[in-house]
Amino acid sequence: MQSLIHARGLVKRFGDFTAVDGIDLDVAPGEAFGFLGPNGAGKSSTMRMIGCVSMPSSGELRIFGMDPVRDGVRIRGRLGVCPQLDNLDPDLTVRENLTTYARYFGLSRAEARLRADELLDFAQLRDRAASQVEPLSGGMKRRLTIARAMVGDPALVLLDEPTTGLDPQARHLLWERLFQLRRRGVTLVLTTHYMDEAEQLCDRLVVMDGGRIVAEGSPRSLIAAHCTPEVVELRFAEEGDHAGKLAGVGRAEALPDRVLLYVDDGDDAVAEVHRRGLAPSGVLVRRSTLEDVFLQLTGRTLVE
Amino acid sequence: MGATAAVLERHLVMYRRLWRGSVFSSFVLPVLFLAGIGLGVGGYVGEIGGVGYLAWITPGVLASTAFQTAIGESTYSVMGDFKWVRSYHAMYAAPVRVGEMVAGRLVYILLRVVVAAAVFLGVTALFGALRSPWAPLSLAVVALVGLAAAAPVTAFAATVEHDSYFALLFRFVMIPSALFSGVFFPVEQLPGPARVLACLSPLWHGVELSRAATLGVFPAWPVWAHVACLLVWAAAGTAWAVSAFGRRLRD
Repeated sequence: MQSLIHARGLVKRFGDFTAVDGIDLDVAPGEAFGFLGPNGAGKSSTMRMIGCVSMPSSGELRIFGMDPVRDGVRIRGRLGVCPQLDNLDPDLTVRENLTTYARYFGLSRAEARLRADELLDFAQLRDRAASQVEPLSGGMKRRLTIARAMVGDPALVLLDEPTTGLDPQARHLLWERLFQLRRRGVTLVLTTHYMDEAEQLCDRLVVMDGGRIVAEGSPRSLIAAHCTPEVVELRFAEEGDHAGKLAGVGRAEALPDRVLLYVDDGDDAVAEVHRRGLAPSGVLVRRSTLEDVFLQLTGRTLVE
Repeated sequence: MGATAAVLERHLVMYRRLWRGSVFSSFVLPVLFLAGIGLGVGGYVGEIGGVGYLAWITPGVLASTAFQTAIGESTYSVMGDFKWVRSYHAMYAAPVRVGEMVAGRLVYILLRVVVAAAVFLGVTALFGALRSPWAPLSLAVVALVGLAAAAPVTAFAATVEHDSYFALLFRFVMIPSALFSGVFFPVEQLPGPARVLACLSPLWHGVELSRAATLGVFPAWPVWAHVACLLVWAAAGTAWAVSAFGRRLRD
């Protein structure tokens, strides 16, 4: 099957700065695909090129088999975009935001009204249809933005950090809505720096760092390839070189407040820790997550 | 051009929500001006060019209102739609071309200006200030003035990052234009260099044409020359606006 997004050696430069440094991508219809990475990794620049609002500096990019430089308007007609910053019309009502946007996609007024009704249900905003946008909560605004992205009945939906800044309830409701879209066969491409979001929503993802793709695969396969199955978190009451005494048990990483031990079997490792005479004040055995992979690949240095 | 109508519609839906704030400046203020200056000052001035002062300034105030409305509507709201609301970014994520955004916005301003002018024209007819059957043509003139003013200001607003530029625009361009473009007195009164400046202003051309329509007199230059000057402002401003919008939205 033809890929919806096809990129080879894709580069985006801003003056001397290279935001995206030669990436290859293929996203198939029906996939939920994620870009994971710290701030400044090049995720949003890549999304903007896919959304045809930023022109590639070099390399090849095809969306629906079309060239974004030449066919930008036709491609945008089949995309739904949910940007990082909400750009709803605050003076208009919830419903008017949907109907005016539907008209940009060439829907008639009657079609726009019908579509708005469907999407109000989808976004669970029907009882707020006549309310202005400004007083809505962050989660409601995000749901409206996603509903608005759906007005053109897109084959491909781009979501740039869809749940950043939302409280847990709002995030879960949004995930559930996005899951609905996946079930309808809509292709989702999203950026996130929440590992749980990537694990929840993505079939496949790439980890970006410094404008490059540093790892690619399903969440499970990334964990298998870049991390051990389990992680033991040890906390100690007194200071000391605890990690040094753990040689051979597993890869140990000393953090200021705890020691992480990457192992195949957490319970065996804990037994070994005690055999070596260490007395941690706190022990937690957990499965590895994408977060471990992410930190492994992109480092713990704070990016601001 | 399909999306132009959709962009226009968005502006009209917004206006339906916000129109109350513009009633005073669009409809009431010009009539107050006419009454205060036309009747009040006019009582001391007597006649200019064979007509009473009120009838003489009516076409000027008409064109000047269009000019100021067009400028006012093309400043904060354009910058805000880029900077705060980001509604142009939203349009650009949809299949709307930059040219369609500019066109939809300019048509909206034209509608605003022409509707306000039509109301004003009706009121002035009651004052007996319209002296020629050509008077309705002044609405076409006003549309042209609106376009000639709105297009370059829209472009300017799309390039600035801070609204303090608008205060400069109002103080050093709009208000001097409104005062010295033949609205309240003939530009022949002005010293030479100032007359050249007046001739550059789209408002003076609009005032001349508008006066020709409501009083049935010949304008200072041939009609085609005034129209051509306004069209040059409109065309150059529109081209600049399309390029400024594109630069703001694409990278």
